Amino acid sequence: MEQQYIDLYKQHHESIKKHSTGVMNDLRDDAFALFEKLHFPTVALENYKYSDLKAGLSIDYGVNINRIPIPVNPYEVFTCDVPGIHSYLYFVVNDAFYPVKDIRNNSLPEGVIIGSVNQVAETHPELVKQYFGKLSSKKEDGLIAFNGAFAQDGFFMYVPKNVVLDKPVQLVNIMRSDVDFMANSHNLIILEEGAKAQLLVCDHTVDDVRFLSNRVTEVFVSENATYEHYKLENMHVKTTNLATLLIDQQASSNVLANVITLHNGQTRNMVEIDLDGEHCETLLCGMVIGDKNQQVDNFTSIIHNKPNCHSRELFKYVLDDMAKGGFTGKLYVAKDAQKTAAFQTNRNILLSKTAKMRTKPQLEIYADDVKCSHGATIGQLDESAKFYMQARGISGEEARLLLMFAFTNDVIENIRIPALQDRIKLLVEKRLRGELSKCEGCVICQ
Amino acid sequence: MLEIKNLHANINGKEILKGLNLVVRPGEIHAIMGPNGAGKSTLASVLTGNQAFEVTKGDVTFYGKNLLELSPEDRSREGIFLSFQYPVEIPGVSMVNFMRTALNEHRKYKNLEPLSATDFLRTMREKKELVEMDNKLANRSVNEGFSGGEKKRNEIFQMAMLDPRLSILDETDSGLDIDALRIVANGVNKLKTADNASIVITHYQRLLDYIVPDFVHVLYDGRIVKSGGKELALELEERGYDWIKQEVDGK
Repeated sequence: MEQQYIDLYKQHHESIKKHSTGVMNDLRDDAFALFEKLHFPTVALENYKYSDLKAGLSIDYGVNINRIPIPVNPYEVFTCDVPGIHSYLYFVVNDAFYPVKDIRNNSLPEGVIIGSVNQVAETHPELVKQYFGKLSSKKEDGLIAFNGAFAQDGFFMYVPKNVVLDKPVQLVNIMRSDVDFMANSHNLIILEEGAKAQLLVCDHTVDDVRFLSNRVTEVFVSENATYEHYKLENMHVKTTNLATLLIDQQASSNVLANVITLHNGQTRNMVEIDLDGEHCETLLCGMVIGDKNQQVDNFTSIIHNKPNCHSRELFKYVLDDMAKGGFTGKLYVAKDAQKTAAFQTNRNILLSKTAKMRTKPQLEIYADDVKCSHGATIGQLDESAKFYMQARGISGEEARLLLMFAFTNDVIENIRIPALQDRIKLLVEKRLRGELSKCEGCVICQ
Repeated sequence: MLEIKNLHANINGKEILKGLNLVVRPGEIHAIMGPNGAGKSTLASVLTGNQAFEVTKGDVTFYGKNLLELSPEDRSREGIFLSFQYPVEIPGVSMVNFMRTALNEHRKYKNLEPLSATDFLRTMREKKELVEMDNKLANRSVNEGFSGGEKKRNEIFQMAMLDPRLSILDETDSGLDIDALRIVANGVNKLKTADNASIVITHYQRLLDYIVPDFVHVLYDGRIVKSGGKELALELEERGYDWIKQEVDGK
């Protein structure tokens, strides 16, 4: 399969470039050359040993390099079921930004730019050029390189100095196709000094075909800026979802990233947060609820380059049936990053004998005046707590649910959009009850 | 209401209860005393259905029902309540959610509608006053970060909420200072009616100054070896358990 993509690029790179923009194209040939060198990642690579992508990458997906519009109205196929969220709502269908029709989006604060990378590269070429690919093009990673070669567009958001977005921005990625389909896109998010924004990314699938989604998101958080990134994944079992989130933090900035997988086929999240200024605050959270044959691998890195930064990481997994989970928590503290405080926790519950969890803290600390800790546990539900509840008349099944729900609670507590928090509580509860072992209204996952 | 006949029970293959007999009628308070390792807590665990213990022989009936066939939750719904010696902390489950779930499961068992939010909160408030429980505790996770005394108070609060027919207080006095002991005992006494009964498991006579028993039983080596009125507790306090051990072992 890999060779087909290589041939495709060689034969059609002109078309790919024709339907993209200069900033992206400037990096394209180098990305392709890097991909030819690195290939698709396999489990033989240390960074991919918990993500066996062979099956997902060996399917003959269609691509849409000539950017033929997909006949779909996202407002019809997607109704956001987060009541009361009041967001600025945007859609990406497969890999194309969907023209905005929502009049609520007209009230964006002055100076905020939201659109497609291609559009904004026309209207604000310098802005895009200054940031685009600055994080991704340095990465020696086959999937990021592949994305660099094939992504033709993406979501763009810019928040100017000291501007606070009054409502969350919601980006809904919809996968829609009549044949097996692959989408690559590259998102760019920029917060200037003192800016504040919340982004909620929802991943959805619509059709009963196999999908591969390979997205790269770069986020630049300037001094004193505050950024919250929520990713909610509710996709069908025939999806391979590869998502790279690269965040650069400048001095005194504050970032919360919360990556939640409620339903999926196979997921690989790579999150890398670079702390490039002093006094940064970082909280990286994640939660996975998996059953049947679902697979989720969160590969995370927090890089402390500068002194006096605080980072916390918290990931929780509940795995049932044959589900497989992977977690890597890489923590790097540079030689000069004194007074670093970094704490990492990964806790997992396996509900069946066949569910599997593999977890790996990976700490590289080169400074001597730091506080760092990590902890990983894999266990079953607390039987004494279950008995205590039963002794109060709560059925064994209900006690089990309450305990699982309690287990995920501290991740949910770290959602700072109240309407979203309420909704996720409900979704998690439904998910744990087995009422929602698939997305609402979905007929694909049985 | 409760009839225990020739009860034998094991844990990890070791026999702890070796033929225990006890009858409890409505309105009665029974104290069970005895040295460490006699099987007092095992009795509480077996009555409430803890799976770690295996009943090898004997019968237990509660209002004519075979108690040993019921799940722990059904025993609770039938009206048996255990105040745990070591209440379990459950991080992430709020007291309110825990109590509401428990209460409504009890109501469902009796074919009653779930309590409305208002009625539930009113009941919570009333019962909290009974054990002088801090409002803040009710908003926290179950027992999480509670002091020893707060945990025991929380047990009696839960007992008040669930209104059991038979309550088993397992070493409820352990770890309590004298004020907390008084509050807990007052709570238990206020909940006392002619229709319910209590089994008070304790090491010391101290608690029995506050909760006055109708019967005192001495549990030793898995059996009740001596029974009497409340004066037996005083005698034990004075003389210890050695004379009983000698009486039994000497036979």
